[in-house]
Amino acid sequence: MATIRKKRKKVEVFAQGNEAIAEGALLAGCSFFGGYPITPSTEIMEVMSHRLPKTEDGVFIQMEDEIASMGAIIGASLAGRKSMTATSGPGFSLMQEHIGYACMVEAPLVVVNVMRGGPSTGLPTSPAQGDVQMARWGTHGDHSIIVLSASTVQECLEMTVIAFNMAEKYRTPVILLVDEVTAHTREKISIPDPDDLEILSRMTPTVPPEWFKPYAEATRAVPAMAPIGSGYRIHVTGLTHDNMGFPTSRPDEVNEAMKRMFRKIDQFYGDIMMVDEFMCDDAEVAVVAYGSVARSAHYAVEQARERGVKAGLLTLKTLFPFARPAVEKLCRRCRHILVPEMNMGQISREVKRVNNGITRVRTLNRVDGQIITPSEILKAIL
Amino acid sequence: MAEVTQLIHDYLRHNKKFPHVFCPGCGHGIVLGSLIRSVHALQLPKDDVVIVAGIGCSGRMAVYVDFNTVHTTHGRALTFATGIKMANPKLKVICVMGDGDALSIGGNHLIHAARRNVGVTALILNNYIYGMTGGQCSPATPFGDTSMTTPHGSLEQPFDTVDLVTAAGANYVARGTSFHANMLDTLIKDAIMHPGFSVVEALSPCPTQYGRKNKFKGAVSMYEWLKKNTVKVENRKEGDTRIPIGVFRDVDQPGLEDRYAALKAQIAKKDLPAPKEAPVPAGECAPLEVPVEKAETKEQA
Repeated sequence: MATIRKKRKKVEVFAQGNEAIAEGALLAGCSFFGGYPITPSTEIMEVMSHRLPKTEDGVFIQMEDEIASMGAIIGASLAGRKSMTATSGPGFSLMQEHIGYACMVEAPLVVVNVMRGGPSTGLPTSPAQGDVQMARWGTHGDHSIIVLSASTVQECLEMTVIAFNMAEKYRTPVILLVDEVTAHTREKISIPDPDDLEILSRMTPTVPPEWFKPYAEATRAVPAMAPIGSGYRIHVTGLTHDNMGFPTSRPDEVNEAMKRMFRKIDQFYGDIMMVDEFMCDDAEVAVVAYGSVARSAHYAVEQARERGVKAGLLTLKTLFPFARPAVEKLCRRCRHILVPEMNMGQISREVKRVNNGITRVRTLNRVDGQIITPSEILKAIL
Repeated sequence: MAEVTQLIHDYLRHNKKFPHVFCPGCGHGIVLGSLIRSVHALQLPKDDVVIVAGIGCSGRMAVYVDFNTVHTTHGRALTFATGIKMANPKLKVICVMGDGDALSIGGNHLIHAARRNVGVTALILNNYIYGMTGGQCSPATPFGDTSMTTPHGSLEQPFDTVDLVTAAGANYVARGTSFHANMLDTLIKDAIMHPGFSVVEALSPCPTQYGRKNKFKGAVSMYEWLKKNTVKVENRKEGDTRIPIGVFRDVDQPGLEDRYAALKAQIAKKDLPAPKEAPVPAGECAPLEVPVEKAETKEQA
């Protein structure tokens, strides 16, 4: 899964990243959007408010705040809908408690965070990538989660579809991180034919209600999910629960449940982890980047090659779980690794962890609300 | 008696480990009984009923009853309920909250659910105190009463739930007590059958955390207090300081889910045939519609 197959027939439009995300969500079968407007993510919500009432069963609701938005989409997800919300830094902070709840009850949903400068209200209309570690560790407690990123408008559409597929497949909240540059850049994109897309939906129980165990161990470690109102009367709780969904504090039951929730992501690591390699095969200097910075880096790598420097680029499409094998391979080959990002080093921290002294990891950070230009990256490569 | 036993068998979960968490004398069990009797009297199928509960003693109610039940985060039960109701309007969504849940952390959600008039029934169990956390004051604790966090007496005026949700626009607003169980049955029954947002506040004594600190001799004296200090709203005379109980507001405006369905029908009628300005790809995918152009610099949201 997680790939968009060859397009048979396509429609080309000129759109910005936020609109592409909304389009991707609709293609993926999103039928519930609850949100609260916040710059620079608002266009996603605006497109959804326009489009969802026109679809067969689409529901759009503007809630009173981000906490409520997240609560509403979890409720809708439990009732069997593919649901999504979109926000930006401060709103994402508010959502954290409910992201933890969604992890615990294993509710499939997609949260889009169009990152802006921070902390606090920060730089509302300027790009930043400061929410990377918050996306992974923002909520309390130990949990696994999937975090994706997009660097082009086309990718915004595709990654949204993939985000929904992963959410449904692994019964987990998926966070899509986009930065303001990608979200507001207008580009020509092609909208794939819906028939060409692989759209996944959650597994529903096939056993009679009296046999159904809502959180039972399954081969994929992902239990089937019965929508509320379908005849399977289940209890959903944010408390640690046994396989029937009822609160428990028995160490053996708690241990089993927690381990399974980690395992369902861990064992499909190869499926979830997505990277783009560009000229990495013979690279002596590698750039590891994501989001709009990856596009600057792409150009910088081309320029470096023209000047005879064997540079390569690793674009991270999945940020968490972290792309350890891909990065490790580069660490073993390269003279140094450069990690440019619009924060003080949130992914370079992961790269350094993987590197663990093998080679040199250099960082290039900007936190002034400005994009990182190709020439800056080129200077750092040379 | 036999009928009561039968109801217990029908509506409580057999595979759940009992006993429940409620203390002796707690009013919550009576409210739970009322809720079950109301659902039973209305002959609602169990699969169509969703109990969404917040956190605390009242939140535990969701564990015991054999409906679709969701035990949510503190104060946010109404947001989940809104999502569930909008996702599947056929369901009867009942939201069980405590006074801390509904009025403090969830105060914003409560007034907005009322304003939105979403078809959810909110059952607010008001025991004047945070029970499960150990007896701290809540936004419903009466002025001057003592609690773990107001040892010298509360300096703040409590919310009047009825006034609050009436002002915010709920369709049906009522107040009952654990002492007046039969009346509570009727109120909950009416609330469930009402379109739009309905609220039933149930005054429910907490002898362990509230009564003990406020010089009530025991659970019985708290129920006697309820009997003495409440008056039916229709019998209330000018200058009566007792707490009015009964139905305060009863209108039948359509709920949000009905208005949304009407809007969708209207759009569907207007939208046929499909818009012609852009090519329509195969399948259901309509061309991307670009919303109103944004100015370059935007006010910070």
